[in-house]
Amino acid sequence: MLVIKDLTKIFYRGTSNENTALNNINLTVNEGDFITIVGSNGAGKSTLLNSIAGVFPVEKGKILLNGKDITCQTEYKCAKNIGRVFQDPLSGTSPEMTIEQNLSLAISKSNNLSLKWGLTSYKRKIIKKHLKKIDLGLEDRLTTKVKLLSGGQRQALTLLMATVADPGLLLLDEHTAALDPATAIKIKKLTAELINENNITTLMVTHNMEDAIKMGNRLIMMDDGQIIYDITGKNKDNLTIEKLLKMFENKHGSKFNNDRILLSV
Amino acid sequence: MNLSFALTSLEQGLAFALMALGVFITFRILDFADLTVDGSLPLGAAVSARLITAGVNPFFSLAAALFAGGLAGTITGFLNTKLKIAPLLSGILTMTSLYSINLRVMGRPNIPLISRETIFSITEDWGLAYPWNNIILLAALIIAAKLILDAFLNTQLGFALRATGDNPQMIRSMGISTNSMKMLGLIISNSFVALSGALVGQYQGFADVNMGIGTIVAGLASVIIGEVLIGEHSIVVTTLGVIVGSILYRFSISIALNLGLAASDLKLLTAIIVVIFLSTPRLKKILR
Ligand SMILES: Nc1ncnc2c1ncn2[C@@H]1O[C@H](COP(=O)(O)OP(=O)(O)OP(=O)(O)O)[C@@H](O)[C@H]1O
Ligand SMILES: [Mg+2]
Repeated sequence: MLVIKDLTKIFYRGTSNENTALNNINLTVNEGDFITIVGSNGAGKSTLLNSIAGVFPVEKGKILLNGKDITCQTEYKCAKNIGRVFQDPLSGTSPEMTIEQNLSLAISKSNNLSLKWGLTSYKRKIIKKHLKKIDLGLEDRLTTKVKLLSGGQRQALTLLMATVADPGLLLLDEHTAALDPATAIKIKKLTAELINENNITTLMVTHNMEDAIKMGNRLIMMDDGQIIYDITGKNKDNLTIEKLLKMFENKHGSKFNNDRILLSV
Repeated sequence: MNLSFALTSLEQGLAFALMALGVFITFRILDFADLTVDGSLPLGAAVSARLITAGVNPFFSLAAALFAGGLAGTITGFLNTKLKIAPLLSGILTMTSLYSINLRVMGRPNIPLISRETIFSITEDWGLAYPWNNIILLAALIIAAKLILDAFLNTQLGFALRATGDNPQMIRSMGISTNSMKMLGLIISNSFVALSGALVGQYQGFADVNMGIGTIVAGLASVIIGEVLIGEHSIVVTTLGVIVGSILYRFSISIALNLGLAASDLKLLTAIIVVIFLSTPRLKKILR
C-alpha cells in the first residue's frame, strides 16, 4: 500500500521562477490498484512519480510504501522496491550489454551485489522463462547487445526488467508515447499482462484518454499540482472520453490542454 | 629491426599494459575521463622504489604500489561523487597533488634502482636468463591481472560497473548507487595504473617524479589501437586487445625513434595519432 500525505513540491523555491508543481497531494493507493493518471501539460504527473521514486527531495509531506517512510530517500534506495519505465525506450536498459546481462541485473535487484557470477546456467533458465512471456523471440537472442533491438523490443525488455523482481510498486510515465501505434498497442497489452500476473500495484501516466479509461481499476486526473478527480468502480466503468473532458472543463474553466493528447487510438 | 629491439618493445608494452587496462576501465567501461593516471603511475613507481631502497622485498613493493594507487583513485572518487567536482577536474586535482606527494614519498626527484634487487633481478637469480626472465615474469603478471579483471567484470558487481558507464539511469533504477560504482571503478583503475608504474620503475631501473607525463595519452593510444584491431567483442577479447594495443604502441614508438624521430617529439606524435584515431568514426561518416 502506498500512502501519500500532504505532498508539496516546489521548484526554484524563493526565486522569481518559484513553481509549485505539487500542491498538498493526498492519495492512498491500495494493494493491487492499477491507477491511470491523466492531466494537462505541466499538471505535475511526472513530478508526482519522481517524488515517489525519490529523484528529488520534497518540500512537505510524507510518502509511505507498505508502512515504510520512503520520503526523500535517494533514488537508488527507493528503487529497491519500485519498478520504473520511462517514455524514452533507451533509458531503461544498458545498450552495450547483452539481453541476458541486462536481465541478470534486474533479477538480482533485490539482493545485494556480490562477487557471484552474473550469469549461471540456472539464471539463464530463469531469464529464458521470463523472456518467453513477452513473446518477441528474445529468448533465442540472449547474447545480443540491447542496442541492436528496436525501440519496442527495448521497451518490452525494460518493462520485463521493471517487473521481474516483483516490485511493491510500478511507475509508468507515458511509457508507450514514443512508440509507433502498432508497437504501442503490443506494449500496452504486455503491460496489462505483467501487472495482472503478479498483481503489481501500479501508477501509469498516459496522455491517451481511451487507455486511461480502459486500463486499470482507478483513474486520477491532475491539474495544476492537485488531484482534481479520483474515479473508481462503477463510475470508472461508465466513463467516456467526452464525460472526462467535460469534467475537466467544469473544474478548470477552460478546455483540456495537452499537446500530446490522444482522444482515440 | 633486430631481435633485441623487438624484445625491448615487447617488455615495455607488457610493463605499461596494466596502465592501459586501467585507462580502459575508466574511459571505456565507466565513461569517466580520469586524468589521475598521470599521477598514479609515478606514484606506483615512487612507492615501489622507496620501499626497495628501504630493503623491502620487491614483490611486496608491488602490492604496496597497488594499494597506493587505490588510495589515489579514492581521492578522485571522493572529489567527484561527494564534493560534486567534475570528473575531469577531479582527476586533474588529484594528479597535481600527487606530484607533491610523489616527491615526498621518494624524498628526492629520482631514485635509481640499478644496483638494487628488483623482481627482475630476483627471477634472473632463479635461473632465468635475460630477456626471458623479464618477459615471462611480466607476461605472467599481466595475464593474471587480465584474467582477474575479466572474471570480475562478469560477476554481478562487474555487470553493475559496466552498466554504470553505459546508462547510469538504468543502474539507479536497479537500486544501485552510481556513486559507489564510480568509486569502485576509479579504485580498480588506479590500482592497475600504479602497479604498472611499479613494474615500469623496476624494469627501467629508476623512479622519476616526471615519468607520468603523457601517460593518459599513451594509455588511450593503446586502448584505441586494441579497439581498431579487434573491434567489438566480449570483455575477454577486448581486454586482450588492450594488452596487444599497449605492445603495438611501444613497437610503433621504437620504430619512429629508429627512423630518426627526436625523442622529445614523441608526445606530440602520440597526441596527433590519438586525435586522428578518435576522429576516424567521424571521418568515416563524413566521407560516406
Ligand atoms: N526537474 C525540474 N526542475 C524544474 N521544474 C520542473 C522539473 N520537473 C518539472 N518541473 C516543473 O513542474 C511542473 C510540473 O511538471 P511535470 O513534468 O510534473 O508535468 P507533467 O504533468 O508530467 O506534464 P507533461 O504531460 O507535459 O509530461 C511544470 O511546471 C514543470 O515545468
Ligand atoms: Mg510528464
